Amino acid sequence: MGFYVTQFMSGLAQAATLFLVASGLSIIFGVTRIVNFAHGSFYMLGAYMAYTVSDVVGGFAGFWGGIVAAALAAGVIGVVMEMVLLRRLYRSPELFQLLATFGVVLVIQDLALTIWGPEDLLGPRAPGLEGRVRILGQAFPQYDVFLIVLGPVVLALLLLLFKWTRWGTLVRAATQDREMTGALGVNERRLFTSVLFVGCALAGLGGALQVPREAVNLQMDVSMVVEAFVVVVVGGMGSLMGAFLAALLIGQLQAFGILIFPQITLVLVFLVMAVVLVVRPYGLLGKPPAAARGAAHAPEAPLRPAGLPAKLFGVAVLAVLLLLPVVAGQYALVVLTETLVLVLFAASLHFMMGPGGMVSFGHAAYFGLGAYAAGLLTKHMDGGMLAGLVTAPVLGGLGALLFGWFCVRLSGVYLAMLTLAFAQIVWSVAFQWTAVTGGDNGILGVWPAPWASAKWVYYYLTLAVVTGAVLMLRRAIFAPFGYAMRAGRDSPLRSEAIGMDVRRLQWLAFTAAGAMAGLAGGLYAYAKGSVFPTFLSVPASVDALVMVLMGGVQTIAGPLVGAAVFHGLETEVVRYTDFWRLILGGIIILLVLAFPKGIAGAADAWFGSGRSAEGRA
Amino acid sequence: MTSPLLTVNGLNSFYGRAHILADVDLQVGAGEVVALMGRNGAGKSTTFRSIMGLVEQRRGALSFGGADISTAEPFEIARLGLGYVPEDRRIFTELTVMENLEVGRQPARAGSPTWTPERLFDLFPNLAEMRDRPGGRMSGGEQQMLTIARTLMGNPRMILLDEPSEGLAPRIVEMMANAIVALKSQGLTVMLCEQNLHFAALVSDRAYVIEKGRIRYQGTMAALQADDEVRRAYLTM
Ligand SMILES: Nc1ncnc2c1ncn2[C@@H]1O[C@H](COP(=O)(O)OP(=O)(O)OP(=O)(O)O)[C@@H](O)[C@H]1O
Ligand SMILES: [Mg+2]
Repeated sequence: MGFYVTQFMSGLAQAATLFLVASGLSIIFGVTRIVNFAHGSFYMLGAYMAYTVSDVVGGFAGFWGGIVAAALAAGVIGVVMEMVLLRRLYRSPELFQLLATFGVVLVIQDLALTIWGPEDLLGPRAPGLEGRVRILGQAFPQYDVFLIVLGPVVLALLLLLFKWTRWGTLVRAATQDREMTGALGVNERRLFTSVLFVGCALAGLGGALQVPREAVNLQMDVSMVVEAFVVVVVGGMGSLMGAFLAALLIGQLQAFGILIFPQITLVLVFLVMAVVLVVRPYGLLGKPPAAARGAAHAPEAPLRPAGLPAKLFGVAVLAVLLLLPVVAGQYALVVLTETLVLVLFAASLHFMMGPGGMVSFGHAAYFGLGAYAAGLLTKHMDGGMLAGLVTAPVLGGLGALLFGWFCVRLSGVYLAMLTLAFAQIVWSVAFQWTAVTGGDNGILGVWPAPWASAKWVYYYLTLAVVTGAVLMLRRAIFAPFGYAMRAGRDSPLRSEAIGMDVRRLQWLAFTAAGAMAGLAGGLYAYAKGSVFPTFLSVPASVDALVMVLMGGVQTIAGPLVGAAVFHGLETEVVRYTDFWRLILGGIIILLVLAFPKGIAGAADAWFGSGRSAEGRA
Repeated sequence: MTSPLLTVNGLNSFYGRAHILADVDLQVGAGEVVALMGRNGAGKSTTFRSIMGLVEQRRGALSFGGADISTAEPFEIARLGLGYVPEDRRIFTELTVMENLEVGRQPARAGSPTWTPERLFDLFPNLAEMRDRPGGRMSGGEQQMLTIARTLMGNPRMILLDEPSEGLAPRIVEMMANAIVALKSQGLTVMLCEQNLHFAALVSDRAYVIEKGRIRYQGTMAALQADDEVRRAYLTM
């Protein structure tokens, strides 16, 4: 009995940290509408900085002063991020800030590696709270008791701050209608900066408080940001009380999940999130988003079929791709083949994101399903490559058909989080069902059929399949189906009113995107000769997202350009430097600042203005 | 006309590639009440939004109280003492009446009336009874009063009122007209846009008429009322 009680209490202590980080995330999202992917990085920085202060200064003052200093410093770094980066992007397409903050994640990872080194750092016990209390015969750390108390105290302070101060009132007003708040004389920029300070300081505080509980390490950032998102989404965006309840729930799931199903704790968390979202689409205490006003996003420009210059350009690119094997070496062919596969992967995500208006944080699930379809067929059924390439889109499509049915019931960030949840579930199945999937060791020996085993042959095969698939996606966008999809995206209510079944359309688009991602996954499996759980991990989904966003969501050429640039960069940078994250992150940030509409979006504007100038002449 | 408080010269505004306002010129003198009249879609709201800096693509020379506001940001323009009351009210529905007023609060300004919630409750007695009610649970008329009161909390020298009579019951419209006259008597400058000529005539000294983004007529309110031709061409449906 005592054991369960202490387990319950350590769940509560974990919940306190989770709540601190998640509340910061929620506040930032509420006001700025920015999905701050770097939030986990501020948590990690908080932990490292607190560790260092306590290490250098030592003793009581070093530890407790370090926590305060780390929180403040994290807030200041957040302010710098806002002033240097985010501020320039408030008028960019939605989610572009997500890309920018992803660049920040990469940069901070390498900076932390440089400053603090790759080893885990074990922090001190909390001075004054080193001891243990006895609860029903079980020892329980005093420090955890302190955290359990701290959680509700911070919640109360935040609630008071928002309800009873002018700053809080302005923040709540700006959350609902930024533009009107500005027109009433409120300096939104200052407000946003201060919100970033508070949000990031909360993350830093969470990290700093974690130092006595776990070793500080370089993986803290991504694992925490995913958990914090789960908490915010389960609790309901913008509800501090909701985030608190959700943190309690997730904390307990983790504490007891470890006891009951040690392998699938993570899945358990995502499973609960999926259930909550299906039952309560806006989280426990969330309200339907009241379409925040004045987000300053111009309406999407309509997609235009390619004009003659663009068509010629496309044909030229294809011609170059056809001729490349003549000059390219073996290594270059491998990179080119992979890039082509990623083009299809990105195009499939773009299909549901751009015209479909559904953002997925878990698109790698369908890519991975396709890859595993090919791998399992080869390993367990001696299936040939062609059978594998046929099964891949089928399995990817089936997965999307199943998960899509749930996802299209939601929209926006909620939808995105549900896709992430499903992707995590698929990932853990691949990771833990060792008997079938080989677990972490993956499936090896997934090679193309003998006739396609030469690198150049497989390259041409990939080129043919990818070109065909991308053209099909294009066709769909300009077919009545595509127009209906965009109508459903832009005015769901009106589309329903004229008798369109928007959900069904979205479900179809989701499934088609999944099938195409599956096809890409199948191609990838044979190109690599192996299949690993990393194919369907969160980073793989993020890569796809980065490719689409980098290219520009509302241009059809976007994903093609984005995939080529991203994969090319990644391959090259990794080859030449150990600091590839720093460089890649830096490049992403610079690209975002230089092309706030995406690379292809910028090119479009160029060609577009050229064309209309001709028209006038 | 006294010395102009607001001057707009050659204002051109665009939404994307659509050219909405073409060479709009306006002047409003301190203490005046001026109406901007026009049919649906004529460009009235766009004119107000452009003056407030809320339209991204705008060109032209705009000045307020001697300060150049051609490239200023909305919050800067508001802090110069130009208040804006949007047509769709845009009450913060989650915030109470008092909190809505708090968002609009700015320091007192020499030369314009200083407002407190209590003084505003004298002007709009209905609001006094619902201080702690969330904005989302108020009637259209109450919201219209709140949106004006909220802007007045900035102690403006001038306010832009976008269709204050729209969708209100006759009794409330009359109250609005009285409130505007009371504001004028306290020295506030008002520019309002309207389709309702009767309402505009109750409160305004002068009028501009806009059609398809161009100013087609300007003159005293009395002259506009007398000019059947202009009214038929640009105002009646
Ligand atoms: N956000 C927008 N994007 C594109 N066009 C717009 C936008 N807002 C208004 N317009 C167009 O600009 C023109 C002027 O609109 P505006 O709202 O200024 O008219 P108005 O005179 O205020 O009309 P109403 O009396 O109906 O309020 C209209 O043709 C309208 O369709
Ligand atoms: Mg209007």
